[in-house]
Amino acid sequence: MYSAEEPLLRVKDLLLHFRAKRGIVQAVDLVSFGLDRNEAVVIIGESGCGKTSMARALLRLLPRNVHAYSGAVELGGLDVMKLPEERFRREIRWLRMAMVPQAAMNALNPVIRVGEQVAEPAVVHQDLSRNTALDRAREMFQLVGVPDDFVNRYPFELSGGMRQRVALAMALVTSPDVILLDEPTSALDVLTQANIMNQLKLIKWEMGMSFVLITHDIATSSELADRVAVMYAGQVVEVADNTGFFSEPLHPYSEMLMASVPRLRGDEEPGFIVGQPPSLIDPPTGCRFAERCPHRHDRCSEEPPVFGHNGRSVKCWLYEKGWS
Amino acid sequence: MAAVTNQVESLISASGNGRGSSLLSVQDLRVWFELRRFGFGHAGYVRAVDGVNFEIGTGQAVAVVGESGCGKSTLMRTILGLNRPTRGDVVFDGRHVKDLSRAEMRAYRAEVGYVQQDPYGALPPFMNVRRALREPLIVNGIRVESEQSERIHKVLGEVKLTPVPEYLPKYPHMLSGGQQQRVVIARAMILGPRLIVADEPVSMLDASVRVEILSLLRALQQEHHLAVIYVTHDLSTVRYFAERVMVMYAGQIIEQGGVDAVVRNPLHFYTQALIDATADPDASNAATCRDVPPGEPPSLVRPPEGCRFHPRCPARIDGLCDVEEPPTFEPEAGHSTACWRYQ
Repeated sequence: MYSAEEPLLRVKDLLLHFRAKRGIVQAVDLVSFGLDRNEAVVIIGESGCGKTSMARALLRLLPRNVHAYSGAVELGGLDVMKLPEERFRREIRWLRMAMVPQAAMNALNPVIRVGEQVAEPAVVHQDLSRNTALDRAREMFQLVGVPDDFVNRYPFELSGGMRQRVALAMALVTSPDVILLDEPTSALDVLTQANIMNQLKLIKWEMGMSFVLITHDIATSSELADRVAVMYAGQVVEVADNTGFFSEPLHPYSEMLMASVPRLRGDEEPGFIVGQPPSLIDPPTGCRFAERCPHRHDRCSEEPPVFGHNGRSVKCWLYEKGWS
Repeated sequence: MAAVTNQVESLISASGNGRGSSLLSVQDLRVWFELRRFGFGHAGYVRAVDGVNFEIGTGQAVAVVGESGCGKSTLMRTILGLNRPTRGDVVFDGRHVKDLSRAEMRAYRAEVGYVQQDPYGALPPFMNVRRALREPLIVNGIRVESEQSERIHKVLGEVKLTPVPEYLPKYPHMLSGGQQQRVVIARAMILGPRLIVADEPVSMLDASVRVEILSLLRALQQEHHLAVIYVTHDLSTVRYFAERVMVMYAGQIIEQGGVDAVVRNPLHFYTQALIDATADPDASNAATCRDVPPGEPPSLVRPPEGCRFHPRCPARIDGLCDVEEPPTFEPEAGHSTACWRYQ
């Protein structure tokens, strides 16, 4: 599920299972996708599909109850999964792969000035002096659209949109290769959301930044996506480029999810998907979407492999015999 | 009362019960919260709702659209009788809500159902579905168990939580978000209200179930001839739910009209901005930036002079928009806006 040339980030068969009281939770189950330089890949999925666990698995930010953790995460050809923890912390996390976690705007330290907080990764990871790092923080503030004299403010003095921008500045300050954005705009208002998406586009175009954007909001995801990966019940069920995906989603789940988006322009009535995703503790053995799928047939009790064609891939038996 | 009836006459709405067509009338409503400095000393007011007028007829579905902090939740809480108006009034079926006694207030709340934003937060975690639905019945004096049971079965059937006996013993954490929201809707419906206030009822739910819940609310609204106020920040869902929409900005309604008229031909620049900022899924979105007005909504403690949107408005008329508050103009029949460009 990745392009033929050497991509910037290549995730192959990433797996993360947790231990829970009632059994093993297969939160991320053999996820593969790729990301080229200066590209944004969007991971679309509903709550509980494992998209946040996937982001944490990429950055190795794991809780204690991990049952299994494996796969390959190649960053510029280097498989960072093989690195020892200390080297990963020192050389990869934040320096080459940074993250804006969900609700980051509420995660700022309330008693430290926001400028100091943005400068900190540069001090820790790049050994910059405090003053150089603060200058760098000022540059980042301008880049994300916050007046640079805000460095001396405390989080409570900023609005939600401004705090979200500060969290983004914190991820940018070390100039990483890839930034993971976990639902970066979901708690924000419509206009603020559009503003931040604009800012992300500019950062991508002007700095050549690469993004992994995790979201449940399909309309907003189309603002940044070059490529789309759809997750369902811990697995990636479809990978496609943006034009292909938004004009013709192939997997039945992608198709129904797309049809459930209410549109401001256009008259088609939105639909919905009956039923619920399966439990990740004991998922069905065949296709995990089969129970809710209108195209279900006998074959679906067997787990479908990934069928690929023209840079698109789909995990569904409908595409076994090729593409219509 | 006479004035109310006059206003009512001008409304286009179906009258189902012969009591006149206006069910709810909000008249020059202002809800201000006082700010204090360290216990005493006065620091001003937060003008959360500042001069709002509208009418809703029996059986009408109306949407209120606005960003967080624009006063839409305060407005709803005032309609529900949870906040007292500072000035102006809410009149429900001829009764002034702020003058109701405790007993009258209880009767009023039986007629107005409330669907909260976060279903998990709205349902007590220690009450199963049966208990959560019995609560409003007990409070309103329906104590005969057979009648309780009959009502609970009927309402759960209406929100399509069937087979009913399967859901009765379940606790909120055992239900999905969509199912929890159905229980909340059932609870709002169980006393047979005439008005439902739904405050962002689907914003916490997944995309694939949002439409399902909205269609359910829509079906209930039509079947029971309910008036519904649907509060949302998401313009794209409004078209599927309401006939009329009101756009709020900084404590005031700046535009209202039929949904199609407002979406296709917005009059106020703020409405235009909301529409421009709302994306439909399309690959071409990634290639261009959206046109978004600069700045953020103003402080409600010291709102700007004149039109509250003027500091962000590309078409402001200097010497007018920044001096005098615009009254409401009605350039098209049934479609009005508070903007000086239409005087």
